Amino acid sequence: MAARPQMDHEMSIITNDLLEMTGLVEEAIRLAIKSLTEKDSELARNIINNDEEIDDLEDSIKDKCLKFLATQQPLAGDLRYMISIMQMVRDLERIGDHCEDIAKYTLRFENEEYMKQLIDIPRMAEMAAKMVKNAIDAFVNRDLRLARKVWKADEEVDELFRNIYDELMGMVDQDASRANQSVMFLFIAAHLERIADYATNICEETVFTMEGNYEME
Amino acid sequence: METKFEIEKLNLYYGTFQALKEIDMSIYGNKITALIGPSGCGKSTFLRTLNRMNDLIQGVKIEGMIKFDREDIYGKDYDIIELRKKVGMVFQKPNPFPKTIYENIVYGPKIHGEKDKSTLDHIVEQTLKEVALWEEVKDRLHKPALGLSGGQQQRLCIARCLAVEPEVILMDEPTSALDPVATSKIEGLLEELAEKYTIVIVTHNMQQAGRVSDYTSFFLNGKVIETDKTEVIFSNPANKKTEDYITGRFG
Ligand SMILES: Nc1ncnc2c1ncn2[C@@H]1O[C@H](COP(=O)(O)OP(=O)(O)OP(=O)(O)O)[C@@H](O)[C@H]1O
Ligand SMILES: [Mg+2]
Repeated sequence: MAARPQMDHEMSIITNDLLEMTGLVEEAIRLAIKSLTEKDSELARNIINNDEEIDDLEDSIKDKCLKFLATQQPLAGDLRYMISIMQMVRDLERIGDHCEDIAKYTLRFENEEYMKQLIDIPRMAEMAAKMVKNAIDAFVNRDLRLARKVWKADEEVDELFRNIYDELMGMVDQDASRANQSVMFLFIAAHLERIADYATNICEETVFTMEGNYEME
Repeated sequence: METKFEIEKLNLYYGTFQALKEIDMSIYGNKITALIGPSGCGKSTFLRTLNRMNDLIQGVKIEGMIKFDREDIYGKDYDIIELRKKVGMVFQKPNPFPKTIYENIVYGPKIHGEKDKSTLDHIVEQTLKEVALWEEVKDRLHKPALGLSGGQQQRLCIARCLAVEPEVILMDEPTSALDPVATSKIEGLLEELAEKYTIVIVTHNMQQAGRVSDYTSFFLNGKVIETDKTEVIFSNPANKKTEDYITGRFG
């Protein structure tokens, strides 16, 4: 097999950038929830400020992809790999935005006691963060089985979301003064649910890169 | 979609060396079909079987069937002269005759019996316009063709090919000796020509095959590995060997 040193080298640089961005996003999910559960306003402000870093990485990766397409003119599997990365960095960037939004809720709660201890929301956040990491790992390692497994795991997140919904609505039914916090917690859970959806998009990109289609089952 | 060539179980031997193996393929009318594959895989050989140019080579043996407009071109009574008129060829290196531009174009029609001066004039103008060369050369029609640039010479060769009113144009790496500007002129031309003609083009330039062709056929070691719509071949080929070749992993 003839080597393709230049092409492989540039692809590995872009892949490394993708991993770096994934690391930042995964951390943002965990820290956003940490700021919320620990009512840590300073941490929340950091998350809001650091989102720019994620945005910049997205731009820089897209720029590298563009230059790669222009100079290397990849085809078939290589082309699909690049198209997928361009799509995935968008998804990761959106996840970053959701984390920023969650951090903003922390600030809104700054001077309020929580009406209940947060249990399911951190669990949901942990699941979503793992999904994002595993989705990218599956892509980078070309692991179809893992991609499909993570894609499936979204059902559990949805299930948890429904439980949270039922619980919060039940609490409002009992005591209408809890409506304000309930709605905010529900919004936070909805952000996490979206994050898990983005992880499934990433899984779909892995299947697309490897198989050329979007058949997940 | 009209099938122009139907190729079935085609084998070709140069002496004892088998250069084409069990080739089955359809070539569609008014479409551009690109042939790709590593050097020595049999692309040029295959192209030449379509107008029986291989007949001129010593020791060639051909088996199988090639039908052109549903007629077996290797059949006993098939008129080869007529075949070569209908199936023209353009080569890698522009090869105009060492004559004037005008004479290059009227050469074919004259051989086929056209004598009328005004008809010949008309053919010259018509074909040069078809290859977008008329404006560039109309004032020097009686100057030597070899004085033209490489890209102009290649367009002249295409015009010469068109002058005998073929139905099919076979092109063997027609732009490999040309710069990007001349190349893109020829590529632009191909698209227009496909409205009237069927084109089969050999190219080593994957991007070119992607840009100009409707169908692409991948050859390897004398076999056709895969033929499909060009967009499929270059985005998601079915065969691993095709993928490895077009992504530069071998060849
Ligand atoms: N006249 C000939 N006599 C003997 N062998 C030949 C002859 N012409 C071609 N071959 C052999 O047949 C095989 C196919 O050659 P062909 O020229 O068709 O390849 P190709 O795909 O057009 O290659 P390239 O991309 O380099 O033009 C090669 O192994 C070549 O050496
Ligand atoms: Mg050749």
